[in-house]
Amino acid sequence: MSPFNSYKIIYFTFFICLVAAIFPLPVSLNAFRPEWMVLVIFYWIIALPHRVNIGHTFILGIMLDLLLGSTLGMHALLFSLLAYFTSINFQRFRNFTLFQTTLLMGVFVFVLKVSLYWIASSIQVIVLHQSYFWSIFTSMLIWPCFFVFMRFVRLQFKVS
Amino acid sequence: MIAFCIILLIADSQFNIFSSARVYLNSIVSPIQYVADAPQKMFSAASESLTTRQVLMERNALLEKENLHLKADRLLLGELQKENEQLRELLNSKKQFKNKRMIAEVMSLRSDPFTHQVLIDKGALDGVYLDQPVINEKGVIGQVSQVGSTTSRVVLIVDASHGIPVRVQRNDAVAIVHGSGAWDKLTVPFVQSNADLKEGDVLVTSGLGGHFPAGYPVATISRFEYQEGELYANVTATPAAELDKSRYLLLLWNDDPLAGADLTLDSPE
Repeated sequence: MSPFNSYKIIYFTFFICLVAAIFPLPVSLNAFRPEWMVLVIFYWIIALPHRVNIGHTFILGIMLDLLLGSTLGMHALLFSLLAYFTSINFQRFRNFTLFQTTLLMGVFVFVLKVSLYWIASSIQVIVLHQSYFWSIFTSMLIWPCFFVFMRFVRLQFKVS
Repeated sequence: MIAFCIILLIADSQFNIFSSARVYLNSIVSPIQYVADAPQKMFSAASESLTTRQVLMERNALLEKENLHLKADRLLLGELQKENEQLRELLNSKKQFKNKRMIAEVMSLRSDPFTHQVLIDKGALDGVYLDQPVINEKGVIGQVSQVGSTTSRVVLIVDASHGIPVRVQRNDAVAIVHGSGAWDKLTVPFVQSNADLKEGDVLVTSGLGGHFPAGYPVATISRFEYQEGELYANVTATPAAELDKSRYLLLLWNDDPLAGADLTLDSPE
């Protein structure tokens, strides 16, 4: 498939995940929302490291910052770091089993959440809610299904 | 790239460089926000159009009754306003009560998990400005913290970084109400142990900060505690408005807060 058509699919999945990241949920379920952006960035970087790079993830991070109304650069910084770390290790991560990548996803989301909290607490007065870390588990739960689905999408539309 | 991100972080948080650029940046992402908000809008529109005639008639009757009561109150209010104006004229201190206002709808999208914000569907094109006060029918909600061209963000009074000057309705004692970070709790810091505050006191905006017009209810005091030996009393309050449930908000235009104020210190004689 031509690069243009591949990018169409890739950007479309990014768009869907951005929408999912801010989609209105009841307050009680809000804490259980998986970190869609981490999942989608991780998937595309392992699958197509020559298509999705740090620049993309930086833009996505800025967009998420704007959508959430948080300080500009918070998510951009962390997504760029995530993309960097994933892209230098993508060959290793490709050979991981699904179970191993699930654990890895848990670690990533945990590090992301801790650093987000750390950055936010160093620049403004904030309050940490007890349910803040629940999304780690939902992200890990959803990752295998997400991975299989995304691979189906990639093969179906021959994104390369 | 990392250095760039860190510079961006510092620039935005410490020096507020992007406050003007954010209008354009926010407008770039607002299509995503509209897409994410659309399903809920559609569901509520569908459920509204699917109500039965019976329910509508009952609701209509209820609203008509309420309207009658409100109109009756308003008759009295007009009279009181006139009287108040006359009395104020006698005292040489005019005060304006009429502000321009606009109804905004909340777009119930997820926001930054550390802060309490809501997104509303009015922006710079409607004349919304930074630090604009936002209320609903029960009391103060918060103030505008970011403006986009068609959407803007409102930081709520319960946000940990928000403070609002108030006075006690009963005895005009002034205080400041800070957000606590929990949805239904506010703190009142720096209250002396012997201050005349009681549980159940209504706190209204004092208008001292210049951002909020005076006289709107903010909170009621829920707990007043003083432990022997401490510097200040431990006071918490509950917001007057149901912050997490209100769907329609009112934007107020508080053009010139000191316009009607009597700034001279000498007595009116």
